[in-house]
Amino acid sequence: MIFLDNLVNGISLGSIYAIIALGYTMVYGIAKMLNFAHGDVIMMGAYIAFCALQYWNMPPLVSLVIAMAACTVMGVVIEGLAYRPLRQAASLAVLITAIGMSYLLQNLALMIWGANPKSFPASMISIPTISLFGGELKIAGATLITIVANIVIMIALTAFTSRTKTGKAMRCVSEDRGAASLMGINVNQTISITFAIGSALAAVAGILLCSSYPTLQPTTGSMPGIKAFTAAVFGGIGSIPGAMLGGLLLGVIEIFGKAYISTELGDAIVFAVLIIVLLVKPSGLLGKPVREKV
Amino acid sequence: MTRAKRNRLIYNCVTFAVVIIAFIVLQGMIENKTITRALKGQLIPICCWIVMAVSLNLVIGISGELSLGHAGFMSVGAFTGAVISGWLLNAHGMENETLRLVLAIVGGGITAGITGVIIGIPVLRLRGDYLAIVTLAFGEIIRNLVNVTYIAVADGHLVFSFLKKNVPDGARMLVDGASGAVKISKISTFTMGFILVMVTLIVVLNLINSRSGRAIKAIRDNRIAAESMGVPVTKYKMMAFVTASVLAGMVGALYGLNSSTVVPSQFTFNQSINVLVFVVLGGLGNVLGSVISATLLTVLPEVLRAFADYRMLVYAVVLILVMIFTNNPTIRSFADRLLAPVKKLFGGRRSDKGGAQA
Amino acid sequence: MTEVKRHSTTKMVPVPSHSIVPERDLGQQPVLETNHLGIEFGGLKAVEDFNLTIGKTEIAGLIGPNGAGKTTVFNLITKVYEPTNGTVLINGKDTKGMNIVQASRLGIARTFQNIRLFSNMTVEDNVRIGLHNQIRYSMMEGILRLPRYWTKEKRMHREALDLLSIFDMQDLADVQAGSLPYGAQRRLEIVRALATNPSLLLLDEPAAGMNPHETEELMENIIKIRDQFQIAILLIEHDMNLVMGICEGICVLNYGKIIAKGTADDIQNNPVVVEAYLGKRKEEAK
Repeated sequence: MIFLDNLVNGISLGSIYAIIALGYTMVYGIAKMLNFAHGDVIMMGAYIAFCALQYWNMPPLVSLVIAMAACTVMGVVIEGLAYRPLRQAASLAVLITAIGMSYLLQNLALMIWGANPKSFPASMISIPTISLFGGELKIAGATLITIVANIVIMIALTAFTSRTKTGKAMRCVSEDRGAASLMGINVNQTISITFAIGSALAAVAGILLCSSYPTLQPTTGSMPGIKAFTAAVFGGIGSIPGAMLGGLLLGVIEIFGKAYISTELGDAIVFAVLIIVLLVKPSGLLGKPVREKV
Repeated sequence: MTRAKRNRLIYNCVTFAVVIIAFIVLQGMIENKTITRALKGQLIPICCWIVMAVSLNLVIGISGELSLGHAGFMSVGAFTGAVISGWLLNAHGMENETLRLVLAIVGGGITAGITGVIIGIPVLRLRGDYLAIVTLAFGEIIRNLVNVTYIAVADGHLVFSFLKKNVPDGARMLVDGASGAVKISKISTFTMGFILVMVTLIVVLNLINSRSGRAIKAIRDNRIAAESMGVPVTKYKMMAFVTASVLAGMVGALYGLNSSTVVPSQFTFNQSINVLVFVVLGGLGNVLGSVISATLLTVLPEVLRAFADYRMLVYAVVLILVMIFTNNPTIRSFADRLLAPVKKLFGGRRSDKGGAQA
Repeated sequence: MTEVKRHSTTKMVPVPSHSIVPERDLGQQPVLETNHLGIEFGGLKAVEDFNLTIGKTEIAGLIGPNGAGKTTVFNLITKVYEPTNGTVLINGKDTKGMNIVQASRLGIARTFQNIRLFSNMTVEDNVRIGLHNQIRYSMMEGILRLPRYWTKEKRMHREALDLLSIFDMQDLADVQAGSLPYGAQRRLEIVRALATNPSLLLLDEPAAGMNPHETEELMENIIKIRDQFQIAILLIEHDMNLVMGICEGICVLNYGKIIAKGTADDIQNNPVVVEAYLGKRKEEAK
């Protein structure tokens, strides 16, 4: 049963990575930039939800909505103020700005909430632990919700991008920004919407992350952000199913690596697998290799 | 001498002059005891970050590859340096600090260089963003590996163990897993820091202005064209990458031997990102720029200490504002028009634009 | 097609691979020989059964409508693509399995349809890249500024200026390549390719964007280059004055296949070629 235990935990952790990775991959695919601050938006989402639950005594669902709303606003504002002026600039310049934004958010959180780790209330997830196989396998409520949330989000996003007008606009902008604007698509608006969705998802990811791993500090979003970015690249950056696949695989590999090989080397194993996969498939698992015209 | 060659010569001379003059001035302040304690403590770190920034600029600015794991090479150098120095002292009773320092630095450079080759071979085949994430991954792997490495001196020789601390009783620990390098005897000097900066400048500036440097830049500008002219891409990308890793390793040893303890968590991707910021703010490919930005940005957090809690916040805001102001086309062209008379003074020959520009 | 003024008057003789080479090159090894060369991209045969022999000092032309596969042929010869069928022999050596750099070392150099200069480097530095394999010294000699560095760099400077003087561009040596006007950029690409000391120079639409006067100058310069360096030149062009004026052997491509090969006279009067460019005559279409 330990194997199944680990598998479930792996899928759960992977689901969190997948949700975060979706935010990265969408923004990369459409705005062609690496939003380094994404992990920190997650952290902010978690803190806001924490405040709502703990200090303002809001019920869990309302806290979720508040956090999502706040993060959405945050994402759109960040994009408008810091990234949009650099739309034409070299990608390295935007990356550095994103890094600056990451520092900004981390230090803002530090100022507002202090450096002491907060304990995320378990009351957020009110689903009890499920017992399977006659008590042999226990799945925590948080774990279950995470996996379900991931599936729901994945389905919703896929439907959104393929069926709705905005979704199609997003795909156009990601293919050819110039042509899209010539076709009458409002590129600025489309990119803002992308950031809005990504940030809303970040809030969800933050809450799920802290429900399973209750310690919350200003640096909480940093490492999961990096790993999720790795997952997005692993699955093929710009590909939504790739982010999902990459995230899940990464979570499973991390848990299994820590369980069966070594706890300290857990991260190293994850990164090593990434490297090996990229060597074999340089554009990621589901990525499309870009042919350069000579 | 052509105008381009003369401008390059002036640039190189200014770069060396700035460093030499700074060294003489600071050394004077040390002798006269007019230097503040805070600044004195910053001298060796400044040297380290200058070397890190210039060497990373070789990879990102000249070779055009976004490497996010540069701190990993620094850490390899730091721990190798600590081991070599500790071993020479405890197993061989070598009291001469300068000699130990030099050997530690050389050792740090060599191991970092070997690491650079091992990482470079797979990594440099990848495209831009993928290369970035893989270098970051390698940096984290190195950190993880040091966390589970135990090296000690017992009875005059080195004892290595991995994952489990398997050392005989009474052994003198050199590297203690997650606790890092412990009880280091601090032998780094500002003079050595200055020497390393000069070596780095000589190596990087001379490399850039040579046949190999041109090849590296050509590959950055247009890879297919460079290949079609018979320039082997992997060879020159490796050259830039490994040279940078050797320099980072050398200065890593200096950095490590400057504190009594060095822990692996000092060399996370955050550190790599810091160096990246130095490089971009100083200007990609601009060596003098890296020297200045590394110095300023190392000193700045200390200067901002007055703001205490707000200082990192201010740093972040300033960084974002600087990026927007230097990269937004509207603001850029405004600044260009302001600076036009200045540029004309130093400007190169304008081409005869008879026809339409492509 | 409209009458063009000048025709190349070289006497061409046939060789076994159904190509023609200049009579003066008959005893020498052909600089290029392709046999049944072809490439498929997922079912689409971009180039098929391409057979061409080019004499040692021949100026040859490759023409055809847009999308016929001309640049693809260049990419096959220079090993940007690995062929799926057939062989390419450069100075008699089979290029199978070689990469771009190895093929280049056999003695071919090219220019590109969409100019590929090193735009952030000076004009002279662009030419020096061409000289990369001709004038060498090691990385260490460069870093330590040993005597060899100084002598070789001096030689590179002289030779770069010499090459630039072919197009009278030596005064532009310090200009940033990216800021040159379009025509100058094209000429620089040719100089850079020449610097690699090739036996075969591949020019991809060298006259694109040039006015008639510039094209005349280019025609004279190409002949001058061939005579001075005694090399072969294969060019892709749409400008028929240039092609018919200086090309000794011409190969016509359509939909990836050769539809005609011969001298300028042969090609001009070939109905298949006319049809490929202009389409069927109206009466026949009815």
